[in-house]
This record gives sequence, C-alpha cells and structure tokens, in this order.
Amino acid sequence: MQPLNATQEQAEISDQTEAGIDRARRSLIGAAAGLGAAALVAPGVILQTLSAQAETAPVTNRVRWGLLIETDKCAKGCRACIDACDHENGLDLQIPAGSPNKWERQKAVWIRKIKLQDHQTGRITQFPLMCQHCEHPPCVDVCPTGASFRRADGIVMVDRHLCIGCRYCMMACPYKARSFIHHNTTGQLTAVPRGKGCVESCNLCVHRRDYGQDSTACADACAETGHHAILFGDLEDPESPIRRRMREIQNRQIREDLELNTGVRYAGI
Amino acid sequence: MTPMKRIVYREWRISPQRYWSLIGYLAALIGIGALSFGYLEHEGHWVTGMSNSVVWGMPHVFAVFLIIAASGALNLASIGTVFKKPIYKPLGRLSGLLAVALLVGGLLILVTDLGRPERLIVAMTHYNFSSIFAWNIYLYTGFIAIVIAYLWSMADRQGAPFNYPIGVLALIWRLALTTGTGSIFGFLVARQAYDAAILGPMFVALSLAYGLAVLMLVLFFCFDEEGRPIGPRLLRRLRNLLALFAALTLYFVLVYHLTNLYMAKKDAFEHWLLLNGGFYTLVFWAGWILLGSLAPLWILYHPVLREQRTWIIAACTLVILGGFAAMYVIIIGSQAFPLAMFPGHTLLESGFDDGVQGAAATYWPSIPEILLGIGGVAVSLLITLVGVRVLQFLPESLADEVVAPDEEELAEAVAVKPA
Repeated sequence: MQPLNATQEQAEISDQTEAGIDRARRSLIGAAAGLGAAALVAPGVILQTLSAQAETAPVTNRVRWGLLIETDKCAKGCRACIDACDHENGLDLQIPAGSPNKWERQKAVWIRKIKLQDHQTGRITQFPLMCQHCEHPPCVDVCPTGASFRRADGIVMVDRHLCIGCRYCMMACPYKARSFIHHNTTGQLTAVPRGKGCVESCNLCVHRRDYGQDSTACADACAETGHHAILFGDLEDPESPIRRRMREIQNRQIREDLELNTGVRYAGI
Repeated sequence: MTPMKRIVYREWRISPQRYWSLIGYLAALIGIGALSFGYLEHEGHWVTGMSNSVVWGMPHVFAVFLIIAASGALNLASIGTVFKKPIYKPLGRLSGLLAVALLVGGLLILVTDLGRPERLIVAMTHYNFSSIFAWNIYLYTGFIAIVIAYLWSMADRQGAPFNYPIGVLALIWRLALTTGTGSIFGFLVARQAYDAAILGPMFVALSLAYGLAVLMLVLFFCFDEEGRPIGPRLLRRLRNLLALFAALTLYFVLVYHLTNLYMAKKDAFEHWLLLNGGFYTLVFWAGWILLGSLAPLWILYHPVLREQRTWIIAACTLVILGGFAAMYVIIIGSQAFPLAMFPGHTLLESGFDDGVQGAAATYWPSIPEILLGIGGVAVSLLITLVGVRVLQFLPESLADEVVAPDEEELAEAVAVKPA
C-alpha cells in the first residue's frame, strides 16, 4: 500500500510543478501571441467596423423601404433592371437545364417585365414586377416554419436556413413574385447565398441595406440608362425623394382589393 | 328477426405465399417510390413537370387524396360509436386502421416532395401559427394519436368505457383535419379558384366519399381473399351510403361553381375551367363529374346493377378515380389558371410563364412524380395488409345473421309485439 501511496504523491507533486511551469510559460507566450495578433488584426477590424457599421445596427421600423415605379418612363425593350438584378444576386450564374421552354418556366426570376393592354382603351403599359413587399404579406402568413418573414424595415424575404421548400408561399403570393430553386446551384455570391430546394424572391437588395448603401441594383441600373422609372427609398420619411414623388403623382398598388399595403407602388396603371 | 351474434375478430389468414407475394409487390412499388424520391432530391425539382407557376404537382394530388380519404375512412367507426348504429360497429377497427394507414402514406408523399426534406426537423421545431400548414402538422399527428387510442378503446376491454368519448373526439378532430386540408386552398386569396370558404366543407364531403370507397374496396378484397362472408344487408348499407356521399360531393361542386358563376370577377376562371380549359375541362367533366360522380350514382341506384358485387366494386373504383380527377382539377388546374393581377387588361408580354394572352401555365406530370405518389399509396396498403394480418382488425363474418339488425326492423318488431 505504502509504495503505491508514495508514488501517487510524487506523481501529484511532479504534475503540479509541471503544470506550474507550463502555466507561467504558456501565459507569457499566449500574451505575446495575443498582443501580436491584436496588433496585426486590430486596425483591420476597426476599419472594417467603421466601414460597415450598419451591419451590426439592428433593423428598425423607423424606415420602410419601398419602390415607386413610373410606368410611363419605363422604356420599350429595355431590360436594364432585370440584367442588373440578375447580376447583383447571382441569378445570371444559373445554368440552363432541360428544354428551353422548361427552363423558362423553372429558372429563378426575381424581377420581370410586364406589358399590358387595357381591354377598353387599348392603352399599352409596361413596367417591372417584383416582390411587392406587402405590409401584410400572404406568403408570411402561410409559411409553416416562419422562413418567409418581414423585416422591421418592411423587406419581405426568405430565411434560407428555415425554408423547407414546401412552396406554400408561392401558392399564396398574389404577384407570383417568388421562385423555387429547381436546380443545383453553382458559383454563388457571398452576399446572396442560394440553394436548391428553397424559395427566393426580390429582397430589395437586402445586403446593400445592411451595408448602408443607398439604392437597389434595379433602381441604379434604370437611372444609369437615363429612364429613372424606378425610385427606391424610405416610405416612412415624409421628406424622402420617394415620398415627395408619391405626393406629386397618382400611384397605386397592384391588387389594391387585397389591402396588403404594398411597399412597391406604381404610377400610370 | 334473427338474434345478433357476438362479433369475432380474427387475423387475416390467407396463405403465407399469397400474403408474402402481396407484401413483395407492395414493397417493390415502395422501392420504386423511394428511388424516385432519391432521384428527385438529388437532381432537384427541375426533373418534374412542376415550375414556378404550377408549384404543386402530382405528388400533391396523391397526397391530398390520401389525406382526405384517411379522415373519410374513419367515418364508419364514427357512425358505429358516436351515432350508435350497431350494424357498422364491426367495421370500426378496419376503419381506424385505414385512417392511420392512408394518412401516413399521404404525409410521406408530402414530405418527400419538399424542396428540403432533410429539414423536416425545422418544421417540427419552428412553428408559425398563422399558417394552416403549421396547424395541420398538429392536426395530422394528433389524428394518428387519437385514432390509435380509439382502436385501443375498441379492441381492449379496459378501453371500452372510453370508446364513446374518444369516438366523439376523433369525429370532431377529423372534421377539423379535413376542414384544415380544404382550407390550405380555401385561404389563398391570391388565386381565382381558391379564396372560397366552401372548400373546407367541400373537402369534408369529398373525404366521406373517397374514404368509404377505399374502405369498401379493401374490405371486399380482404374478405374475398379469405372467403369471409359479407351479407346483403351490410352491403346494401355501404352501397347506399356511398351513393349518398357521391351525391353530396356533387352538391358541393354545384354550389361552388354556381357561386363563382354569379361573381363577374370569377367569370374568366369558370369560363376557362368549364369550357376552354382543354385537358383540365376534360378532366373536370369526364373524370370528376361523369365517371367519378354520375356513373357511380347511376350504378348504385340502378335496380339490377346495384345488387351485384362486381358493379358495386366498379362504383367504388370510379369514385376513387373521380377523386384523383377532382384533386387534379382542384390542385393543378387552379394553379395553371393565370393569376388575375390586372383586371380589365390583357398581358401581352412577360419575362415569366405568366399567363400571356390569358394562356394557362403548362404542366405535364413527370414519371418520377407519379411513381412517388404510387409509392405513397403502396405504403398505405402495406400498413393495412400487415395490420389486418398480425392483429385482429377484421370481423370473421359480416353475414346477415351476425351483424346487428336494422333499426327499421327493430321498430317493426316492437310494433307487432303484443302488448
């Protein structure tokens, strides 16, 4: 018994000493490494924090993002907004599968151009149509997991981690604004992750919102062509350009009868 | 009046060769369904006929049919327990078994058709209670639990005192379930064909017909295989009940379409579905109305045909085929019809499959979709066959002298009894 006890005690003592030595040494090395790393990384972190401050600020309902689309300014044959949206969100990286007709039916489309004719008058109107960012979105009501949600700032979007791909939101959307990702995805953009089997739609370039940028890809592209048919802005701020313009010209919601209070408004339809 | 005998339930005693060949056949169908599931999930939904316009395809046709047939199959148990019609009591156990089996098959199809089936756990842990879908997750799982308890109360002596209360709960639950299933469509304000509260009760009516038709076919098959007798009295009851339910579905279809026809805003949809919808018009008139409703009604009320077992089986089969036609029209036809976003306007161009010039969306079911659906049906049948084989679900006999007397006869017997 005794030799065994003695061995245990010795072992404990030697453990403690070793541990003591190790601790002192490790803390020194650790502190040095930590300081070194901090010295190297800190300026970058600080810069990053300064440049992307909006990323950490909570989304608030003091703003409500929306679009005003002036259909008389939307030019025939122009698809600048669609191309810009596709590029911004990586939709131009989709690889066609199946017959061309099938691809047309199944590819993801966040924004599309519509040309209408009035039965009575024959008047022709054209304009882009995308998610209307409703205040009371039917897609959010029906989503079983809460993946389809509305941010405090009015943006309606899909949480791609919660979406189970049931497509009930697509059944419920009165604007057919949503797409299901039917295909395997390749080469996605960091800001816009996409994945097969989920539903997606226009999110008013939410990554731009989170980095504090001013506009959406579609609105920028439209302005660049000189048409200025799409105006992006804060619907809550009475002095914002979009609100001022909305006061000036008659505008309405598509399917006003549903009283969804859409965040995208149209003039001239 | 013959005295009623005690009902004896026995396992299904067909020969092992026959039993295992049936199981093997169903297992093969399930295997093919599983392969379709694997293919579909590996490739993505682009291999199906579904698109951004018709987002729910054949799998939903099968799944919704099975789910509503499940709640309808429970109806005979309810008539026996809750409405206290003793002649239906011997069918209560089969009724409960089928209800669970059909629901499991239907749910399996729904789940395997998800874009992300591996995230089912998300659906179990994140609920949005404004969604009918989320409610249905509870309604479906609750239904299975209640029906299992119901079966226990029917089969176990200790459960007997609870039979009536559980029966009442099961009846209320199944009404909620089918109304919930109908409301998946009824609550959709966006689409012309939906946005109608009548879809809830209409689905209840459909469920009664489809559930009974499936139950009758399973009953005939199981009894014929083993040579168990079904007497003309019970046959007459089941036959008349099926005719009543088939007529009830027609009533709801009529009210639904008459209401729509009265509203100017739904004119375009009704005109399309009833006259110009091509394949959908054909499926509606020929499949749902003619073959699925009027033909079985004609058989079931025909003085000669209604007496023949083969013709009753034909009527049940027609009701089921009509059910699939109905689901095809309700689920796929309603999606194919373009959304009415711009009343008073014609869509000339769109960058999407969007109903240009009022055209309906294109959808043709792909083979994997259909095989997936058949796989689900096979799961339901497998559960049923194994169930009746290993447990005492089937009454030994449903001959006239075994089943309870008709109430009409009882009343007569009382009337002629000397005071």
